Amino acid sequence: MSGLGVWNYVIIIFLMMIGLYMVMSCSSLVKKLIGLNVFQTSVFFLYISFGYVDGGAGPLLIEGVTLYSNPLPHVLILTAIVVGVATTAVGLALSIRIKESFGTIEEDDLHKMDSSI
Amino acid sequence: MLMHLPVLIILAPLLGAPLAALMRGSNWPWLLATLICWFSLLCSILLLMQVNSQGEVIYIMGGWEAPWGIEYRLDFANALLLVLITGLASVVLPYARLSVEQEVGEERSPLFYAALLLLILGLCGITATGDAFNVFVFLEVSSLATYTLIAMGRDRRALTASFTYLIMGTIGATFYLIGVGFLYVMTGTLNMADLAERLPAISDSSTVRTAFAFIVTGICLKLALFPLHLWLPNAYTYSPSAVTAFLAATATKVAVYVLIRFVFTIFGVDFSFGMEPLAEVLIPLSVIGILSASTVSVTQPNIKRMLAYSSVAQIGYIVLGLAMGTAMGLTAALLHMFNHGLMKGALFMVMGAVAYRMGGTEIYDMKGLAKTMPLTFWAFVLGGLSLIGVPLTVGFVSKWHLILAALELGWWPIVIVILAGSMLAVLYIGRVIEAGFFGQPADTTRREAPMGMLVPLWILVIANIWFGIDTRLTVDIAVAAAAQLMAGGVAL
Repeated sequence: MSGLGVWNYVIIIFLMMIGLYMVMSCSSLVKKLIGLNVFQTSVFFLYISFGYVDGGAGPLLIEGVTLYSNPLPHVLILTAIVVGVATTAVGLALSIRIKESFGTIEEDDLHKMDSSI
Repeated sequence: MLMHLPVLIILAPLLGAPLAALMRGSNWPWLLATLICWFSLLCSILLLMQVNSQGEVIYIMGGWEAPWGIEYRLDFANALLLVLITGLASVVLPYARLSVEQEVGEERSPLFYAALLLLILGLCGITATGDAFNVFVFLEVSSLATYTLIAMGRDRRALTASFTYLIMGTIGATFYLIGVGFLYVMTGTLNMADLAERLPAISDSSTVRTAFAFIVTGICLKLALFPLHLWLPNAYTYSPSAVTAFLAATATKVAVYVLIRFVFTIFGVDFSFGMEPLAEVLIPLSVIGILSASTVSVTQPNIKRMLAYSSVAQIGYIVLGLAMGTAMGLTAALLHMFNHGLMKGALFMVMGAVAYRMGGTEIYDMKGLAKTMPLTFWAFVLGGLSLIGVPLTVGFVSKWHLILAALELGWWPIVIVILAGSMLAVLYIGRVIEAGFFGQPADTTRREAPMGMLVPLWILVIANIWFGIDTRLTVDIAVAAAAQLMAGGVAL
């Protein structure tokens, strides 16, 4: 852990807050999705940092290497990335449909048209 | 075959979904989905019987032993929930054919049934699995299917409702993911039984406490606990009728189950209620939820939205039961989880039938329903009585147990809140019944809902009465499940 220290965690928290702030404050639905992606990516970084072992090699059987990084969090994050891509795809598809039927993707305007959000 | 029951429940819809998507027309995918649900129901009933004789069923996925591989672990609590999910799916799907044909259209029907099968797969997966990360994956499978299904509603507001749910649901699931990550760092395992074994030794660390906070908040977003319920009313109001009936009956219940699993099995009662202020946070929120959501329901002109707000209130009852942290409270929570699935399923199916014939679910569409659609109307009356908690219905059984649990702790104000909630239910159900009885319909010709909708609907209504009179099955299982969960869940 000393190779990276706590700095990567500081950056992760920073990214997490940027993402959440974007989701809450941006009016455009696409920008909300971008914020959601930043938020999710920060969690991916969190898991990858968990698995990192200082000086550890990749988890391959190579002669002379005894210290390995933990591959499990990395594998978990591969799954989570796939889930994130699927969520983004559904979100963007919804934005297109909203644009088609409302003519706008600005949340404020949608709010005025139908008090439903 | 019997050995592989836990995985068959997951595999059948998983293989059925792409097949349904490849079919054309609306009848074949519907038939396939219905048969798969009936098969899953059979499997889950057999599983419940297995759990009843063995106490616990463990299935090792792919032959990889538990801490490394993924295991499915079934006890009374999740076996009962599996029966509820597959049972409701088996009732809602036969009902869905006509309603989906009208609301979604023949062209998109194959995709609709594919998404519905994926939703059932996700919910069953969350319930059956014994691995914390696996829960996240299935949670997202079911959520993605839900977003798609909600967006298929006729009203264009279904799209914005779906989008709002997508944002809030993803944040909830990601919070859960962060919490699970912290637990993994502290214990080096993702297996629930393993976590439960290793956590007590390190429970005083701030990482574990943070993990607990993230997981509880994330799941509360998914189960729509007040004040995190904002996505729910629109999502239930604008999605297709069959989807609302199935979602309202099962989706939030599965999230409640995950909360119960984490609070009681993984973290344990001592940690959740002793070291963390879980009861102090959840009880006020659920009380406010019961009172405010019930009050809001009274004034809703759209009956689907009224029932959606009532769902938020009912979630309040369930969370109230589990937040008591006693075996009695947990029994009441599990009972209400099952019973609320039955009554909300029936009520939303009535609204689907009304929407099918009258074209809307506003209160003026319900006017004179006793004359135009008598069988549908009486189903609403019986379902409504069950929601209020009148004796001889399931609603009474679970509210009775909830009141007993509150009395055991000597919490008089809570008893008053439960009774006040029921009184508000009398108001909001009453005004619909009044409109149905005394309202003058614009067109007085009798146009009962078709048999394809009435039969499944009445099966569910009769279940409401049946389990209200013959309480042996549900109460015994709920008591056994609560005892298992209170004992730490790892009944080895």
